Amino acid sequence: MNIDGVSNGIVLDHIKAGKSMIVYDYLKLWKLDCCVALIQNCQSPKMGRKDIVKIDELIDIDLDVLGYIDPDITVNYVKDGKLLKKKHLTLPETLTNVIKCKNPRCITSTEQELPHIFKLVDSEKRTYRCVYCDVVSDTTN
Amino acid sequence: MKPRSIVSILDLSTEEINNLMDVADDIEKNPEKYQEKCRHKILSTIFFEPSTRTRLSFESAMLSLGGSVISTADSKSSSAAKGESVADTVKVISNYADIIAMRHPKEGAPVVAAMKATVPVINAGDGGHFHPTQTLADLLTIRRTKGTLSGLTIGLCGDLMFGRTVHSLIEAMLRYPGNNYILISPNELRLPEYMREELAKSGAVWEETTSLEYAIPKLDILYMTRVQKERFFNEEDYVRLKDTYILDEEKLRSAKTDLAILHPLPRVNEISVSVDEDPRAKYFYQTLCGKQMRMALIMMLLGIQ
Repeated sequence: MNIDGVSNGIVLDHIKAGKSMIVYDYLKLWKLDCCVALIQNCQSPKMGRKDIVKIDELIDIDLDVLGYIDPDITVNYVKDGKLLKKKHLTLPETLTNVIKCKNPRCITSTEQELPHIFKLVDSEKRTYRCVYCDVVSDTTN
Repeated sequence: MKPRSIVSILDLSTEEINNLMDVADDIEKNPEKYQEKCRHKILSTIFFEPSTRTRLSFESAMLSLGGSVISTADSKSSSAAKGESVADTVKVISNYADIIAMRHPKEGAPVVAAMKATVPVINAGDGGHFHPTQTLADLLTIRRTKGTLSGLTIGLCGDLMFGRTVHSLIEAMLRYPGNNYILISPNELRLPEYMREELAKSGAVWEETTSLEYAIPKLDILYMTRVQKERFFNEEDYVRLKDTYILDEEKLRSAKTDLAILHPLPRVNEISVSVDEDPRAKYFYQTLCGKQMRMALIMMLLGIQ
């Protein structure tokens, strides 16, 4: 199966197989007017199977969100059909309004206007903790 | 510059805690030296959750320093009952008072208050989360009764899941070397995972048990807690667990003669009234230590020597 290369846009590569829909949702790619291609389960010499997302426009991407979903994703910026830059991700130190605190006793459960802020406490286990109530986030991936 | 607030016991360094205890000891010896320290300063106590002793302790502390106190009558008549946010409430009160002591049923509310207030905020308890000034009271009581904060075997008994005073006390005692911990609770009210992780990371020696009888002979400190009705969503669970541990003279027979029994109060029935006369009962003395530590903390946050 062939999907055209991107001439001006972004290719999110090395997404763990099955996670491209999570990337699509978290980055709110459904809001874009341009073409977006989700390629699932393609073969990868490095990963066995992987997903790829191609976005046919050079948009601002929230790298913190992407790093949270999977820090092994690589972000390729393409201009005029050439690779402009390749970015490797890291786990973000802080997540603001990316995930929600699910503790019913947390102040964020009653005060809807408050930003949901989480801090990275253990990068090995990818653990984040709510800055208000200290409850550890559910891992979504 | 943002004023300094105390939300968790971790907001204070070990050196600062030791200094606060030294000031509290000096207050004990020379109370008259402190009676004008906070003249013309106002403390506002905003309690979104019913409390008698903590609010009165803060108010008594400020009055003993020569300051004044403004307070909401009760949580039902406060602005929160009308739907005002914590942020708005503390922004307004910052214009009326020099320092705020706040209790709120929701965890993390004092974090929001500290972010938004333009005066120092002291967390006077947020849900089942933190209660740093109770911990200061506990530390001073332990130091005064045992003469040290190191090398002790500490038993924490009762509701270790929602018991915020237990969490703060562990956080604080982990800074002092050589302490052992025995966690005594029913399985449903075990210490939360993130606190057990803290213990494991610290390298401290600790164990969990459901038996108070097993633990009691080993202890230098027994920290009893109440199973708190307000922390349960389900009445049935509360009724089933509330009488799990009752400390009485019989159980104390196997305890060390210099054991110190602490309790953050209020007590319901987890310590029999007959224990009150036992010289090892320190829980009423603990409230005096609490007031003196709150005095020391208010002075520190207002920059008063």
